Amino acid sequence: MNGVHDMGGMHGFGKVEPEPDEPVFHAPWEARVIALQRSMVYTGEWNIDMSRSAQEGLPPHVYLGVSYYKRWALGMERNLLSRGLVSEDELAAGRALHPPKAVKRKLTAADISPVLSRGRYGRPAAAPARFKIGDRVRTRNIHPHTHTRLPRYVRGHAGTIERIQGCHVFPDSVVVGKGENPQWLYTVVFSGPDLWGPESDPTLRVSIEAFEPYLEPV
Amino acid sequence: MDCREDPGNNKGRPMSDHDHEHDHDHGSELSEMQLRVRALETVLTEKGYVDPAALDLIIEAYETKIGPHNGARVVAKAWSDPAFRQALLDDATKAVAGLGLVSRVGDHLIAVENTPQRHNMIVCTLCSCYPWEVLGLPPVWYKSAPYRSRAVSDPRGVLADFGVTLPANTEIRVWDSTAETRFIVLPMRPAGTEGWSEERLAALVTRDAMIGTGLARDPKEAAS
Repeated sequence: MNGVHDMGGMHGFGKVEPEPDEPVFHAPWEARVIALQRSMVYTGEWNIDMSRSAQEGLPPHVYLGVSYYKRWALGMERNLLSRGLVSEDELAAGRALHPPKAVKRKLTAADISPVLSRGRYGRPAAAPARFKIGDRVRTRNIHPHTHTRLPRYVRGHAGTIERIQGCHVFPDSVVVGKGENPQWLYTVVFSGPDLWGPESDPTLRVSIEAFEPYLEPV
Repeated sequence: MDCREDPGNNKGRPMSDHDHEHDHDHGSELSEMQLRVRALETVLTEKGYVDPAALDLIIEAYETKIGPHNGARVVAKAWSDPAFRQALLDDATKAVAGLGLVSRVGDHLIAVENTPQRHNMIVCTLCSCYPWEVLGLPPVWYKSAPYRSRAVSDPRGVLADFGVTLPANTEIRVWDSTAETRFIVLPMRPAGTEGWSEERLAALVTRDAMIGTGLARDPKEAAS
């Protein structure tokens, strides 16, 4: 969706201001949020793409107006509610009021290692890759209302296939309930002036990781 | 936009963290969120979906085991060992896994090398994708709107925010992490470090150098 999360090239947000000696967490609840999120994804009820999609579906003023970990918490609540894992009255009461839904698995203290590394998203390929390294491609001018990983700032632009990253779970399919639908993934590189016009730094080159359905041959 | 800060309850938050500004009070978000997350955790625990002891262990791992010290060791080894450097650039997942620093290295970890001709910078314009296994959890600025918006269109301006100026003819290459591939920058080894041990070299490798918003520390400054 063309949401405020898709920030590449936007103006007006000001300077980047790094925080010296930044702690890992700024408040204990932030740590609980990420641990809860990792544990809930482990149950198999939703995946990383659905987490992102839930956050992107927040109203724009909420997305921009809350802290990073609050956004995670709000997205998690959306996913819990939409899947019937919890209900509004339980969140309001701060205790379970209804029987739980059966989940596939539960992370326990006996072994947390599965959630300390990134998930695996590579999948066997059903067909050969359509493009090869060095091919010129153009990103499609698409504007899906659902989750996509094709940022607006590259849509409709020509670039070059630089790397082939294998076949991966396709987020655009997962979030609409159409399954993993694995697709070839490419690193596609664009020139700065092509993306940003004559004012661009002439030395700039920007790449995205593009799924094959986002691309067409030039 | 309102940039109010509550110094009492939000220590050290940069004013530019636009994820955190707007017209609410930070102190109230803190207390509201403490209560809200406690309620959420209680419900999920009582439902049997999560184990609080597992949550504690996850947090401990993020606070102590998973961090940029792992990436610094990878970089120091690449600077010291040409065969490892090549293996890292060929397949960073495999090369880093061989060091045994973290329990499991994620698939599709990619190392990109800075040279006098090319400077690499990593961003996720759509969310906050970051190579946790080698750098830990991302800093607030990496997830903030200023960085996500400008890294792809004005990377030299972003570098200036970090006090970094590169020659005008150095190519700037920005990698937008829009899928489940993850990137780490292999910074240039500083001059004056010939014969240094990997341990000494690792102390020069900053988190920002591995994101591409900084350079490795100057050994003269590091000594002072």
